[in-house]
Amino acid sequence: MELKGNVPQGDLKDKWIEYRSKMNLVAPNNKRNIEIIVVGTGLAGGAAAATLAELGYKVKAFTYHDSPRRAHSIAAQGGINAAKNYFNDGDSVWRLFYDTIKGGDYRSREANVYRLAEVSNNIIDQATAQGVPFAREYGGLLANRSFGGVQVSRTFYARGQTGQQLLLGAYSALSRQIATGQVEMNNRQEMLDLVLIDGKARGIITRDLLTGELKRHAAHAVVLATGGYGNTYFLSTNAMFSNASASWRAAKRGAYFANPCYVQIHPTCIPQSGDYQSKLTLMSESLRNDGRVWVPRHKEDAQAIRDKKKTPQDIAEKDRYYYLEERYPAFGNLVPRDVASRAAKVACDQGLGVNATGKAVYLDFESAIHRYGKSKAHMEGYNNPDEATIIKFGEEVVAEKYGNLFEMYEKITGDDPYKTPMQIYPAIHYTMGGLWVDYNLQSNIPGLFVAGEANFSDHGANRLGASALMQGLADGYFVLPYTIGTFLSNEIRTPKFKTSLPEFDRAEREVKERIEKLLNINGTKSVDSFHKKLGKVMWDNVGVSRTAEGLENAIKEIKEIRKDFYENLYLPGKAGEINPELEKATKVADFLELGELMALDAFNRKESCGGHFREEYQSEEGEAMRDDENFTYVAAWEWNDNGEHIMHKEDLKFEFVELKTRSYK
Amino acid sequence: MKLKLKIWRQNKKGAKGKFEIYEVVANEHMSFLEMLDVLNEQLVAEKKDPVAFEHDCREGICGTCGMVIDGRPHGLLQGTTTCQLHMRFFNDGDTIVIEPYRSKAFPIIKDLVVDRSPLDKIIQAGGFISINTGQPQDANAIPIEKDTSSKAMDAAACIGCGACVAACPNGAAMLFTSAKISHLGLLPQGAIETDRRTMRMVTQMDKEGFGSCSNIGACEVECPKEIKMTNIARMNRYYYKSSFFSEY
Repeated sequence: MELKGNVPQGDLKDKWIEYRSKMNLVAPNNKRNIEIIVVGTGLAGGAAAATLAELGYKVKAFTYHDSPRRAHSIAAQGGINAAKNYFNDGDSVWRLFYDTIKGGDYRSREANVYRLAEVSNNIIDQATAQGVPFAREYGGLLANRSFGGVQVSRTFYARGQTGQQLLLGAYSALSRQIATGQVEMNNRQEMLDLVLIDGKARGIITRDLLTGELKRHAAHAVVLATGGYGNTYFLSTNAMFSNASASWRAAKRGAYFANPCYVQIHPTCIPQSGDYQSKLTLMSESLRNDGRVWVPRHKEDAQAIRDKKKTPQDIAEKDRYYYLEERYPAFGNLVPRDVASRAAKVACDQGLGVNATGKAVYLDFESAIHRYGKSKAHMEGYNNPDEATIIKFGEEVVAEKYGNLFEMYEKITGDDPYKTPMQIYPAIHYTMGGLWVDYNLQSNIPGLFVAGEANFSDHGANRLGASALMQGLADGYFVLPYTIGTFLSNEIRTPKFKTSLPEFDRAEREVKERIEKLLNINGTKSVDSFHKKLGKVMWDNVGVSRTAEGLENAIKEIKEIRKDFYENLYLPGKAGEINPELEKATKVADFLELGELMALDAFNRKESCGGHFREEYQSEEGEAMRDDENFTYVAAWEWNDNGEHIMHKEDLKFEFVELKTRSYK
Repeated sequence: MKLKLKIWRQNKKGAKGKFEIYEVVANEHMSFLEMLDVLNEQLVAEKKDPVAFEHDCREGICGTCGMVIDGRPHGLLQGTTTCQLHMRFFNDGDTIVIEPYRSKAFPIIKDLVVDRSPLDKIIQAGGFISINTGQPQDANAIPIEKDTSSKAMDAAACIGCGACVAACPNGAAMLFTSAKISHLGLLPQGAIETDRRTMRMVTQMDKEGFGSCSNIGACEVECPKEIKMTNIARMNRYYYKSSFFSEY
């Protein structure tokens, strides 16, 4: 079956405005009688819940955290893009659109991406009005910085805590609606199933994480804003509890899962240091504005560093291999994430890695400190500053830009990045794939809407830096609150649903059985032991680069781990109490299925594009080779427990941009 | 490194709790929470109940984690959350005492988990700027002096972890509340509502059972984001001004 994206007709520039002007609306008196469930309170969910409530809908919001302020959007460091062109450097809505389409390696929907670029400016206005303290220039106007894959400065930021500040903005708007009673806030409730009535999404089943009680919640429509599935890999930059279960439960009820193999591997994370490690920490991409990535040019030097016989300072300038600057002169250290990650892996595979595991490269601020130091010394009236003065001033400037990131790095590693280069390595960071949605952000299940990282819509095969915050807030504030009206305008005569309906009985019974099944295995192995095994298979085979053989093996191995899981898992405690191990187990059970689908999708996509790099499909220079003739489509998977997964295609039509080889050289 | 852990175990709200002693082998690269993960893996392997503690991002920003380590919320290190505290700051053979936040307004739910929802209630009382989505003017229409904006950012950095409350002998939430009031009050967009916001948030803070400030300063010392007590002074200024000169 071919899927329809429901993109409106007309010129790219007019589509959204015209569509928005002509779509069916729900009158204020009817909005009062319509209930909407919003699962997740990150940027997309928090913004959507607040905005829908402002519009007059009755909103029931859910989070598994103790407070809606804790969602993982909070950890985004670097910034948020917008096409304001405040810096007069040639930016425009078109350029932001074009950069995003190109950055996604031409695997996203033109109209969605254009709309995203269009509303990007409203987001900055909205957030500023909410009191988000974006960085400013001395003149009092907003400051910008650069991110990877673009040649303009369009990233707005609040120190290294942009995600936190934007989330607190959405949380404050949400709090205001909770206070009015327009939003019913349900904390510490985890969604464990989606309830369909006559084929439409009408409710969810949650587990109260304090009492273990299963609860039923009904509404006219359900919005999932539950984030990505990066934790399938066990180690990622995601928070410990970030998970795919809400999306995956929807998939098990018939929602299609699109492009699961599109995973973003972020090039600048703190390298892994041991097996006990629970997660990886990101160092913001903004650091690549000023940090230079390098490894020793010669294997002997790299070996000497690994053996602690040499330090990075011992390597002379000519013996340093600034591989991004050399390979990609046009973009240098600011190439997109997928390109930078692959290049780091290539360098380490050549034996040039610089930490004990051989899996780390340097991110060096020495030149930036010198450059800024000289400039600041000049401003302060020093004509012939000595080395120490230059370094002192340089460190001050760098501290102002990245101080909190440097501190975080030092806290974790014990090394001082002002004095010695940071060590970094790629890690799983974001998932571009997700539940399939049309232009209205509605999945193939009527009444089920999906926003933010949880949907697949805007980033294609690779997301550019500072675009996740943009997309989450665009969906939540400016897209979904309108487009959900296209569904709800036909529901104004639908009375509220009772949770005593047989569909709720059945869903709750199934959740209960699933939990009991896990508790009754009574084997010997912990949840984490399975999750770590799955993570290793995923990283080795569905990671930075993939091969047909590796992917086939991965599918086989994942099935084996899944079998072992259901035979040998041990869970302490009971269902009716706080039980963190049980919570982990329901999530890992879902990762064990989704992981298989990710590998299958990667196997099926016989081309290299964005974050999906198949070793069989590369140029002589090692660059990704797309196959536009055969793979310019979205792969939307219908999962079947019997193993017969069906792929539905949505062909991607490019009417306004020309498909080109993505080059950053 | 071999460690002895003295951990508060309490089965549920209102139940009688007590310290239990555990031994764990850690290494200096681990974070404090990874050390507790090791303990919990050990407990699960022995088919015992793992220690309940809250955590999520493990990057020091979500504010979910927080426990009292050797008498100090988030442990000995200045400006650091529990998840960012690393074991290299402890020595082989140490005994570490781990307790939940203890404060009247934060009832213990289980082991090291407490209920911090009163902080949300304070924000709901007025910790926002009253505008709807889609209403604002261009962001550059309101110039804000760089240093003022930076001061607002200093206050806005609060992660809502509740360490200030746990550190305060009076169980006050003044640092938390004043950080939000300062963040919004310093900015022209938020200043309009300062009187109303301050009265409502302070009233809610008292209603939730938090204590009063007596200038002890433990909150500032323990705050993982180093929020300054000058925010409390600012809040008090706003409060007096609004009590005398406004209708609220």
